[in-house]
Amino acid sequence: MTDAQPVVRKPLPVPGSLLPRERSGERWLAAVIAVLCFLASLAAIGALAADRAAHGWARELRGEATVQVRPRVDETGPTAASRAAEALSGVKGVDEAYGLDRKASERLLAPWVGEAVLPDLPLPYLVVVRLNPEAPASAPTLSRALAEAGLDASVDDHSLWRGEVERAAGIVTALAIAAFVLIAGATAAVIAYATRSGMTAQADIIETLSLNGASDRSVAGLYQTQFGKLALVAGAAGSVVAGLAMAIMRMVGGEAGLTPALPVRFLDLVAIVVCPILAAVTAVLAARLTALAKLAGRG
Amino acid sequence: MPTQERRPSALKNETDIVRLRNVGFGYSGRPSVLRDVNLILPQGSFHFLTGPSGAGKSTLLRLLTLSERPSAGRIDLFGQDVTQIPRAAIPQMRRRIGMVFQDFRLLEHLSAFDNVALPLRLNGEKPRDYAQDVAEMLRWVGLGGRFDALPPSLSGGEKQRLAIARAVITRPRLILADEPTGSVDRAMGDKLMRLFQSLNKLGATVLIATHDEELAHQYGAGLLHLENGQLQSIEPQPRPQAPVVEAV
Repeated sequence: MTDAQPVVRKPLPVPGSLLPRERSGERWLAAVIAVLCFLASLAAIGALAADRAAHGWARELRGEATVQVRPRVDETGPTAASRAAEALSGVKGVDEAYGLDRKASERLLAPWVGEAVLPDLPLPYLVVVRLNPEAPASAPTLSRALAEAGLDASVDDHSLWRGEVERAAGIVTALAIAAFVLIAGATAAVIAYATRSGMTAQADIIETLSLNGASDRSVAGLYQTQFGKLALVAGAAGSVVAGLAMAIMRMVGGEAGLTPALPVRFLDLVAIVVCPILAAVTAVLAARLTALAKLAGRG
Repeated sequence: MPTQERRPSALKNETDIVRLRNVGFGYSGRPSVLRDVNLILPQGSFHFLTGPSGAGKSTLLRLLTLSERPSAGRIDLFGQDVTQIPRAAIPQMRRRIGMVFQDFRLLEHLSAFDNVALPLRLNGEKPRDYAQDVAEMLRWVGLGGRFDALPPSLSGGEKQRLAIARAVITRPRLILADEPTGSVDRAMGDKLMRLFQSLNKLGATVLIATHDEELAHQYGAGLLHLENGQLQSIEPQPRPQAPVVEAV
């Protein structure tokens, strides 16, 4: 037996935060950041979907050309179209070429002009050319091949449409990115305002910290930590809600998403992970710069 | 003799902790608060700074804590010219000064322990390194049983002792106190003054601003009188103060 008593060590007290928490004010700020992150997440997913749609449409248009054949006096339209298809089939960069018969042409036009007038309508003789998507033949190459075969024809490689589609999709993507940047700016402004308000309300505390040896950087560090954490948590909440909304849209809409025009993929949801991180980084920078500027102005 | 440097004769050969030469100060657009102030506080000295309200006592202390810059003259602290000290260098200098205020300036959301630990924490020290020092300091000022108490739950005297503990936890060479007994009763005021005397005996230079000249006479320290922004009189300390190198 020994008389030695076990030594009971009291754990070291966990140091409290040097800045008091303004719970009610923080709740509102967190709500605003959550909403901003929700919108930023939607904008990010929208930008991804618009970019994917634009690439898809452009790829489809790039993979096909249409040739209109004008038959010679001594041959019929279908013969000329068939000759054109044969001439184009051997061209490098062409996977397939086939003449569109009258019934197929009528099927294409029926929705626009109606069934009744189709039999009397003079229709152009068309050849559909499927191009190699990796190395498609250019319109001049196709025109040259047709001329060499003695055919009077014009080639439409859809470049006009493709340009329009790409431009429109580019604008949608740019708008989504602009929305994303504006939301980031709004987040920074909200944090800067909150930092300034907090510092004004806590001027006595800041002075006490300064008189006890706190540098401007360490005071700014307190605010950047406080708002960085808050933005990370609130941003994560907003992004999770956005992610759930997108996942539901994807599940309801099937493989093409809610609309084929803006196809959403589950992989896009990974992109929203970035939003709260960016919100936190934005908050840290905004709080730090605001605090340092305010402290420097205090003299 | 406003332009003459005021130095208690018995301490002429000591190192100067504070030296003010022809210091003037005024808030923009207002008459000067301080005019042509000359002052030397040698190491280990104990002074009261007296004067009526508005005489400039608090302003003089704000100059010494580098919260304001003089509009004229020169200020040396610990032998270093701090008149135009860069803002980034101020925290380092302030860590050598202990400040006590009439309104305590405690952080009300922090425990007594955390309030005392504040200067150490701001200096980058870890809790495991300062926990024992802080505990000892709290016991020394008679707050051994109140480690977890929040300031609002403390009496005026306890708050002021807590503020003193925080001011001296870094073993500062200069202690400045602005009306430290102004918010406590006479008995507690006497206790606090004995605390300052103990710190002075341990080597700290102490300057206490008070409007209570009776208090200054009672403790027999050097007396500096500010009136209309000028240091107008001084009485020599009855006893020379030799710095004592000893841990609290």
